[in-house]
Amino acid sequence: MRITQGTFSYLPDFTEEQVKAQVRYCLENGWAVSLEHTGDAHPRNSYWDMWGLPMFEVHDLEDVLDQVSECRRAFPKHYIKLNGYDRTKGRQTTMLSFIVQRPQPEPEFYLERGEGQDRRIHYTIRPAAGAGQ
Amino acid sequence: MTIVNTAHKKSRWAAGVTPYAEMGYYDADYEPKATDILCAFRLVPQPGVEPIEAAAAVAGESSTATWTVVWTDRLTPYENYQAKCYRVEPVPGSEQYIAYIAYDLDLFEEGSIANLTSSIIGNVFGFKALKSLRLEDMRIPPHYVKTFQGPPHGIVMEREYLNKFGRPLLGATVKPKLGLSAKNYGRVVYEALRGGLDFTKDDENINSQPFMRWRDRFLFCMEAVNRAMAATGEIKGHYMNVTAGTMEDMYERAEFAKELGSVIVMMDLTIGYTAIQSMSKWARRNGVILHLHRAGHGTYTRQKTHGVNFRVIAKWMRLAGVDHIHAGTVVGKLEGDPNAIRGYYATLRSNTLEADPSLGLYFEQDWASLPATMPVASGGIHAGQMHQLLHLLGEDVVLQFGGGTIGHPDGIAQGATANRVAVEAIIQARNEGRDFLNEGTEILDKAARWSPELRKALEVWKDVTYEFESTDVPDAVATVTV
Repeated sequence: MRITQGTFSYLPDFTEEQVKAQVRYCLENGWAVSLEHTGDAHPRNSYWDMWGLPMFEVHDLEDVLDQVSECRRAFPKHYIKLNGYDRTKGRQTTMLSFIVQRPQPEPEFYLERGEGQDRRIHYTIRPAAGAGQ
Repeated sequence: MTIVNTAHKKSRWAAGVTPYAEMGYYDADYEPKATDILCAFRLVPQPGVEPIEAAAAVAGESSTATWTVVWTDRLTPYENYQAKCYRVEPVPGSEQYIAYIAYDLDLFEEGSIANLTSSIIGNVFGFKALKSLRLEDMRIPPHYVKTFQGPPHGIVMEREYLNKFGRPLLGATVKPKLGLSAKNYGRVVYEALRGGLDFTKDDENINSQPFMRWRDRFLFCMEAVNRAMAATGEIKGHYMNVTAGTMEDMYERAEFAKELGSVIVMMDLTIGYTAIQSMSKWARRNGVILHLHRAGHGTYTRQKTHGVNFRVIAKWMRLAGVDHIHAGTVVGKLEGDPNAIRGYYATLRSNTLEADPSLGLYFEQDWASLPATMPVASGGIHAGQMHQLLHLLGEDVVLQFGGGTIGHPDGIAQGATANRVAVEAIIQARNEGRDFLNEGTEILDKAARWSPELRKALEVWKDVTYEFESTDVPDAVATVTV
C-alpha cells in the first residue's frame, strides 16, 4: 500500500530539488524544520521519533538536506517526514508535513472488527505482522 | 420622526409619546466605551420619518424603550441601559442610511446568543416606522467574547487531531442527498474517502427519513470510514448529521456517533441558537468535532435591505462554538461576492480584525484568542478551479466537492483522487513560489499528464462557471462574481 498521510502523498515522490523547494518555503516563512521517523505509521501515531531537535537555528538549505540524508542513512527502512513549525501566536503548530522516505514495500494495515450487540462493531486498525520493527 | 404627531414639544417625562431621539436614544456626542457592543444597521425610514429619529427608534426598540413614556424608567439609571445611536450616515446613491448604535455590556447575559439576539434583533425588525432594516455588522468587545468558549476544537486542534497540515481539507456531500438506502449511502462514503478525501458529509436535510433511518446510516458510514482508514493509513471522517426534532433525539444520535468512533458530527442552523450552544458544549465534553450547515440563512442574509448580514451570523456562530461553518465559495453555484466572502473568512479565522469597508467590515474586532472556526466552501466547485479556490479562500478551509467527486465519469474514488491530486499540485506550486493563480491551468494540466483521474475531471468540468451578479455586495466596491 501507499499511506496517504502528509501534505503531498498523492503526488509522485519528490526529487531532491523538490524537497529543497519546500524547505526553502519553510525557512522563508521563519518556520523551524524538523525530521521525524517511524516504523509504525498507524494513522493515530502522533509521536514519531524525533531526529534531534527542531532545527530552530538552521537557516541554510543545505544543512537541512544533509540532515535528511543522515536520517535516511540511519533509518533506511523507516518512514521519514519533514515538518515546518510556526511558533507565532494563535498558530503554534505544524504548517507543513510531508513524507520524504517510505519503506519498500510499505506495510499494510488491516481492520479488526469486534462484533457487539445491536449491530455495533468495534473497529481497530492494526499494522500487519512484522511492521514497526 | 414624530410617529404620532405632537403639536408642540413636550417635556421628556410628560405622559404620552416623546420622539425617541429626544428620549436619549440619539447622542451625537456619545463616545463608545471599549466595553460596549456596537452595531451597524442599514435602514430605510418610511416617507416623512427623519433618518435620525428612525435610527434612534432602532436604538430604543432594541433596548429599553416602549412606544410611550413610562414613569417607571425613573426608578432606574436608565441612561446606562438605553442604547445610543451615535452616528447616522447616508449611503450614497440610495435611500438607505447606516446607523451606528452602542449598547452597554450590562444589557446582555453572559454566554447567551439567544439573549444577545433577542435584544439586538428581537422586536425591531417589524417596526412600522421603518421601511426596511438590516443588521450589517457588530463589534463584540473582548469582555463579552470572554463569556463564551467558542469552537470546541478550533482550526489548530482539528488539524493536530486529524494529522493534516499545509493544505485545505477536502470533503464531499453524499449525493443524491435524498433517497439512498443506508448501505448504498455508505458505499459512496467508502469510495470517496479511500480515493483521497478527508471527509464526507450528510446533507442538511438528511436526518432520519423513511428511506434511511439515522441509526442504519451511522452504522454503515462507520464501516466505510474505518475501511477507508485501513486502506490509506490516514484519518477519515463522515459528518453524521444529528439534527432532529428535540434535543433529546440529538443527544441520542450524537452519543451513538461518538460510541462508534466518529471524529465529527454535524447539525443545521435551523435547530436554533440555544440548541447549537448545547451541542457545542456536548462536542467539547466528548471530543467530537462539530460542523454546522447554515441551512436557512439565505432567507435573512441575502437581500441587501433586509435581515442580518452573514458576517454577523459568522460572529455569533464563532461565539456559540462551532468548529466548521459553510461560508461561501465565490466561484460556485451559491450567492457570494468575493470581497464579502473574504470578510466572512477573516471574521471566522483571524484573531484581530481592522475595520475594512471594502470587505464589508464596519468595525474592528478582537477575538481575544478565541479558537478559530474553519470555513467550509461547498456548492458547485470542481478540481479545475483549485488554483482560484486556494487564491480566494486560502489554506484553512474545507473544500467540498459533492458533484465534483461523485459525478466523475470513472467512479467516486477516481473523482476523489482527482481533487486530492489537484490540491496537492497547486499547494506544491504555491510553496515553490510560482504564480499559481495565473499558471493554475498549466499546473493542473501538467499533473493531469500522470494522473488519469485528474485528466478526466478537467475534461468533464473545464467550462463550468457560474457568472451572476451578487445581490449582497459591500457598499465600498461593487464587483461581479468571478
